[in-house]
Amino acid sequence: MVGALGRSLSRTRARLSDALRHLVPSQKPDEETLEALEEALIAADVGPTTALRLVENLRQAPVDDESPPERLRAAMLETLAKSKTEGNGPPDGRPQVILLVGVNGSGKTTTAAKLGARYVAQGRSVIFGAADTFRAAGVEQLEVWGARLDVSVIAHQPGGDPAAVVYDTCEAGRSRGINVVLIDTAGRLHTKDNLMAELSKIHRAAAKVIEGAPDEVWLVLDATTGQNGLRQAEEFLQHAGVTGLILAKLDGSAKGGVALAIAETLDLPIRFVGTGEGIDNLAPFDAEAYVDGLLGEDQ
Amino acid sequence: MFEHISQRLQRTLSMMRGVVRVDEASLGEALRDLRMALLEADVNFGVVKDFLAVVGERAQGQEVLDSLSPGQQVVKIVHEEMVKLLGGARVSLRLEGATPHVVMLVGLQGAGKTTTAAKLGHRLRCSGHSPLLASVDVHRPAAREQLAQMATSASLQAFEGDGDDPVDLARQAVEAARLNGRDVVVLDTAGRLHLDGTMMDEAAALVEALNPGDVVYVADSLAGQDAVNTVSVFGGRLPLTGTVLTKLDGDARGGVAMSIVAVTGLPILYVGVGERFEDLEPFHPDRIASRILGMGDILTLIEKAQDAVDVEKTADMEKRLREATFTFEDFREQMRQMNKIGSISKLFEMLPMGRGIDSKVLAPAEDDMRRFSAIIDSMTAEERCHPQTIDGSRRRRIAKGSGTRVQDVNQLLKQFNTARKLMRKLGRQRGNPLDMMRSAGFGP
Ligand SMILES: Nc1nc2c(ncn2[C@@H]2O[C@H](COP(=O)(O)OP(=O)(O)OP(=O)(O)O)[C@@H](O)[C@H]2O)c(=O)[nH]1
Ligand SMILES: Nc1nc2c(ncn2[C@@H]2O[C@H](COP(=O)(O)OP(=O)(O)OP(=O)(O)O)[C@@H](O)[C@H]2O)c(=O)[nH]1
Ligand SMILES: [Mg+2]
Ligand SMILES: [Mg+2]
Repeated sequence: MVGALGRSLSRTRARLSDALRHLVPSQKPDEETLEALEEALIAADVGPTTALRLVENLRQAPVDDESPPERLRAAMLETLAKSKTEGNGPPDGRPQVILLVGVNGSGKTTTAAKLGARYVAQGRSVIFGAADTFRAAGVEQLEVWGARLDVSVIAHQPGGDPAAVVYDTCEAGRSRGINVVLIDTAGRLHTKDNLMAELSKIHRAAAKVIEGAPDEVWLVLDATTGQNGLRQAEEFLQHAGVTGLILAKLDGSAKGGVALAIAETLDLPIRFVGTGEGIDNLAPFDAEAYVDGLLGEDQ
Repeated sequence: MFEHISQRLQRTLSMMRGVVRVDEASLGEALRDLRMALLEADVNFGVVKDFLAVVGERAQGQEVLDSLSPGQQVVKIVHEEMVKLLGGARVSLRLEGATPHVVMLVGLQGAGKTTTAAKLGHRLRCSGHSPLLASVDVHRPAAREQLAQMATSASLQAFEGDGDDPVDLARQAVEAARLNGRDVVVLDTAGRLHLDGTMMDEAAALVEALNPGDVVYVADSLAGQDAVNTVSVFGGRLPLTGTVLTKLDGDARGGVAMSIVAVTGLPILYVGVGERFEDLEPFHPDRIASRILGMGDILTLIEKAQDAVDVEKTADMEKRLREATFTFEDFREQMRQMNKIGSISKLFEMLPMGRGIDSKVLAPAEDDMRRFSAIIDSMTAEERCHPQTIDGSRRRRIAKGSGTRVQDVNQLLKQFNTARKLMRKLGRQRGNPLDMMRSAGFGP
């Protein structure tokens, strides 16, 4: 069964690239090609609904000099047009406040550390807020990173109020004249109302100290996530005012296709991708490479 | 979107329920909808293909054509095939080999291994074992600290070793367990990518050194299509014996369960349903099948309700319901038992129609319940047994005592009377107390 599936996967890939090669402009794609395309998109977690629609668009497309795969690439890149920058950019005369949110184990704490390293390397001063007061050793984990990066970490007692941590971190960031305040929050499933309400409170706590904060609320999404990612994004957008996505763990074999569906439905940009557990394994989002991955053209 | 597709599916199937014979067209439509539903639920597309081929074949055969209700049979076939695929009988940990037995947990980063280690430890201790938790995760910052803290909160023993060589640490842990008369070592390993050769070698070296009776693959239920790749590679390299599916307390459909089992044949041992060490439940193929199909986890609800409600008391109460002698004492008992089941919103999450209900809608109902409990607590025993004696001055006293308003007391009395009337009407049927409370206006 394993073998069979593996074979069927690579057959799909082979069929796809074969089909893509044989497609010359001004030729309508045959059904087999379209099915292979649909399958590749589904295998990449784009989701059956989005995949079906994208392929249906190809089917309906008028015959002209743009080949169907080119057309598909272009459509996907257009969806990702907002993802060209690294964010809203630092504000003037006050710390930039960045909040990392997401479901359990998606990569928030590690991403906070990586972002911290990135900003430090850019010559900006950073402070961490350990607002995950819930998970065992959540604070210690961030403290280890803080020590390695020589970045200070504001933390309270385990079980403490996360909003208070956020308040204190913003306060410390402002009084110390820090450039970037990076806040790591506890993992939470988007279905838990009380925990989602806690995010709104965190949001307010930041704004209380620094007007206009948080500047960014990034949803850290595990690239292996399936269609549930869409529900996650919807809820986090609603409760935490998400401004962008970070696709962690893209170094695995999953393609993170649900981010495309999210970018499309919720009009959210993808800012960074995580490519490993190391402090340097963070890169600005590269739409072209990502789309290649979705189409199975990256191998 | 899930709702949309499962609604569509249910519509198609219910349409089919009405026909006497399934023609190819309506079966085809059902299968197409089914395909979408399974893909939306993150079942791997290859698995979906194979699965639907089986279902289609069975549905097209005699069984359906002979039946009076072909649509129902398609539902049954789909469910049956899924349950068959997901494994018939329940399996638990093997706990094989020399004592102390080693249960080793492996999986991708962030899947839930460390949490599951504590959960398994707790479960093992509850069934009479004396487990030792040991982390050999030398990679992730504060990983060992995390397991140690979880162990403390669950009053379990965690091993604290020296050094940063996983195999060496694991050997120390087994030795420590032997010396302290502990019969199981639950070994938490670092998260690793199946693509990472060095890390896969490390896991293989641990297996080689310890010869664990259980090598459990911890899988995240939020995962998508790629889950089959990952588990195949892990399974190709390590002698996996079972899997635990985590984070099922969310609203993920958990199609990975089907993918993993189809590809590896591994039994699913447990499911994780929360972050605390108690949040581990046995795996029930039929429930996951319903969940993947989007039918709601009705069975879990029934079982939970059965666990919580004292059978004798319920029987007695049913009798009193029929005789309409139901009082506030009984009412309070009902609420107490409902609290055992969990919050109302948790309850509704498990119902098919509950899925569509915004949990914010339920929050006021939960507030009501809390307020009502307080009000009933402020009544005298006499008043609870004879609610009709509660007059104006008593109402004011009760409101004051429970920190509520007289209107609240009035509302409760009114709903209670409605409920009583309703119960009299339902007298002949075997009543589900929860339904009754709902019809009486408690809950949405
Ligand atoms: N391979 C890989 N692993 C990653 C990446 N980012 C994070 N991880 C690993 O994923 C696991 C979980 O990461 P965390 O940063 O602890 O995740 P989290 O979201 O903070 O988790 P909670 O706080 O428990 O919700 C750790 O083992 C990380 O090392 C990545 O880009 N690639
Ligand atoms: N809601 C929920 N959260 C869970 C469940 N199991 C684990 N978690 C959470 O998921 C996150 C990751 O869990 P860990 O146990 O640290 O995962 P891990 O596999 O040990 O992670 P690494 O060691 O970094 O690979 C934590 O926030 C856990 O609290 C579950 O069943 N439900
Ligand atoms: Mg964290
Ligand atoms: Mg761990």
